[in-house]
Amino acid sequence: MKEIRIAAMVAAALAVSAPAFAGATLDAVKQRGFVTCGVSTGVAGFSNPDSAGKWTGIDVDNCRAIAAALFGDAEKVKLVPTTAQQRFTALQSGEVDVLTRNTTQTLQRDTALGFNAAGVNFYDGQGFMVPKKLGVKSAKELAGATVCVQPGTTTELNLADYFRANRMEFKPVVIEKLDEVIAAFFSGRCDVFTTDASQLASVRATRTQNPDDYVILPELISKEPLGPVVRHGDDQWFDVVKWSLIAMIEAEELGITSKNVDEMAKSTNPNIQRFLGVTPGMGKALGVDEKWAYNIVKQVGNYGESFERNLGKSTPIKLERGKNALWTDGGLMYALPIR
Amino acid sequence: MATGTGNLGPPQRSAASRLNWNDPSFRAILYQIIVLGLVALTVWYLVSNLQANLKSRNIATGFGFLGLEAGFGISESLVEYSPASTYGRAVFVGILNTLRVAVIGIILATILGTIIGVLRLSKNWLISKVCSAYVETLRNLPLLLQLFFWYAIITETLPSARQALNPLPGIFLSQRGINFPVPAFGIAFDLILIGVALGLIGAVAFRIWAQKRQDRTGQQSPVLLVAAGLILGMPLLGWLLGGAPTEMSVPELRGFNFRGGASLSPEFAALLIGLIAYTAAFIAEIVRSGILAVTHGQTEAALALGLTRGQTLRLVVLPQALRVIVPPMTSQYLNITKNSSLAVAIGYPDVVSIANTAINQTGQAIEGIALIMAVYLSISLGISLFMNWYNKHIALVER
Repeated sequence: MKEIRIAAMVAAALAVSAPAFAGATLDAVKQRGFVTCGVSTGVAGFSNPDSAGKWTGIDVDNCRAIAAALFGDAEKVKLVPTTAQQRFTALQSGEVDVLTRNTTQTLQRDTALGFNAAGVNFYDGQGFMVPKKLGVKSAKELAGATVCVQPGTTTELNLADYFRANRMEFKPVVIEKLDEVIAAFFSGRCDVFTTDASQLASVRATRTQNPDDYVILPELISKEPLGPVVRHGDDQWFDVVKWSLIAMIEAEELGITSKNVDEMAKSTNPNIQRFLGVTPGMGKALGVDEKWAYNIVKQVGNYGESFERNLGKSTPIKLERGKNALWTDGGLMYALPIR
Repeated sequence: MATGTGNLGPPQRSAASRLNWNDPSFRAILYQIIVLGLVALTVWYLVSNLQANLKSRNIATGFGFLGLEAGFGISESLVEYSPASTYGRAVFVGILNTLRVAVIGIILATILGTIIGVLRLSKNWLISKVCSAYVETLRNLPLLLQLFFWYAIITETLPSARQALNPLPGIFLSQRGINFPVPAFGIAFDLILIGVALGLIGAVAFRIWAQKRQDRTGQQSPVLLVAAGLILGMPLLGWLLGGAPTEMSVPELRGFNFRGGASLSPEFAALLIGLIAYTAAFIAEIVRSGILAVTHGQTEAALALGLTRGQTLRLVVLPQALRVIVPPMTSQYLNITKNSSLAVAIGYPDVVSIANTAINQTGQAIEGIALIMAVYLSISLGISLFMNWYNKHIALVER
């Protein structure tokens, strides 16, 4: 009966090794030596590969900030491009550790999908873009229009809600890949392209022959708070992601930039001393190096620097800070106290 | 277990020797039990692991989401659907859309493939070479590429809705697809449909009766004429009974889009054309091989017996060729159905596309994928069953 004994042993070994995942993400990331972030397949300003294949954007900076906090090196990241439909499965299955991928935070995603939203790095709203030659001035005139939209997004749901609420009909043309859906819109298959207003600006600035041929309608039909998302089950990992983003905003509030961070380290302001790890404590509480925030600011920059570099006036996208200005400047960016 | 060994061993054996380790049949069964047990253990391990992980991450499970409001729009649907409908309804719309493209695709690909396959055997040099070129080009290019090609042709080359081509009165060709008039007959339309059904049943019944009459008396009946008369005449009767209405719903450009009439969307058209063109190349080869499999002697023998060319093809060559053609044809039909899932790439709302959206909105990937698999498995098994039945039906009756 040797075979039976072997079979029983194998069965027992299998049963015992059923893994417990809680708390494992942070350990796995540390052991691996780099952070795996889910990013978009290419939205200029948020996450987009440049001509040399290097990814840039505020979502990429968000990912780099996490790596800087955890490893002291912002380069220790692996960026995984995901479509709107793939992203949640990629996060649920553990293919990526965190989504830094212009993802709207909603109750459904926070609960039923098993995620936690770790702060907001861009306040957005859904808009409509139409060719200028259609002569449309307002979204209220869009009754009967054909609308290009990506599937699996809040955009798709808001679109249906908006037309329902205004008793208008529409025909959706639903294509998964951003490149394909944009191509369908530019070819004239759709009258309207809808997505987050920032993305519309990005597409209009970087994908059109002549940006002036297209107008973005004034209505914003939804709130789209975009930010990093992690899966349930590892609160410590959630903390690291959450406070990495807060540190970028706090740095801007404190006036610390990648240029002046070494000088600021000599400051006598206790807030700054605590923030930069001159006074120890914060890093230990978070379970990372005391220099975590210093590393983020030094290697990635503060939130304002990241915004200007990727989306601001010096870029083709030319976005205003608007709601994404600091709260002291009339915006919504408000860092929780680091103490 | 113990009773099972009786078949293999000598008929009369004592209970002690049955459970003997030296008995080969006892060992064989034991090994099978062990393997089965291991498989069951692995499945149990995977399922319980999955459940534990889903639970630890608080991810919703179960098929309850099918009853919730979907909230997203679907561009084309054979049944009533609005964003207020449920996920279950949305998936149902997707299944119908998949079936629609699969059924039409199978019929048209068979027709086109048969024509090309026969023409490739033509003695006309130009025709046979054109058909060879078609087959070799189409079947050697990836289908996804072809779909993008057809979709781009439709959306890039056709004019916008406001400058739609108008080749015939009431028919509009634009980036919004083909819009064409349809009869708006009301009750008469139902009567016509009933007429079609009655005509079909009548034609089949007449064919059976004619066959029996021929077996009995040797006299032939004009089956084709009567069948055509029934299939055309009965709907006409229905139309007359319904008051012979002539109203049409004609498409008309209002605002952004055409209203009224019916339309074929560019997505549907591109997918259908792509599937037909691609699969017809394979079907052409199958038909050609089937015809070549029937030796020329058969044709000569039939002609020598005094059968006409048409009768030779219908009664002698085709029945034998079909036996070669039908089995590989089944896999082509299955391919069309499964390849229709590439619709995702060009935005046709088939079951994969809609289930994917549902997965994304609810996060229930496992249930969604299971649903997609169940749908394709059911459709494919259905096609297989039908084709196997048909294959048996036409198989040579050996005496």
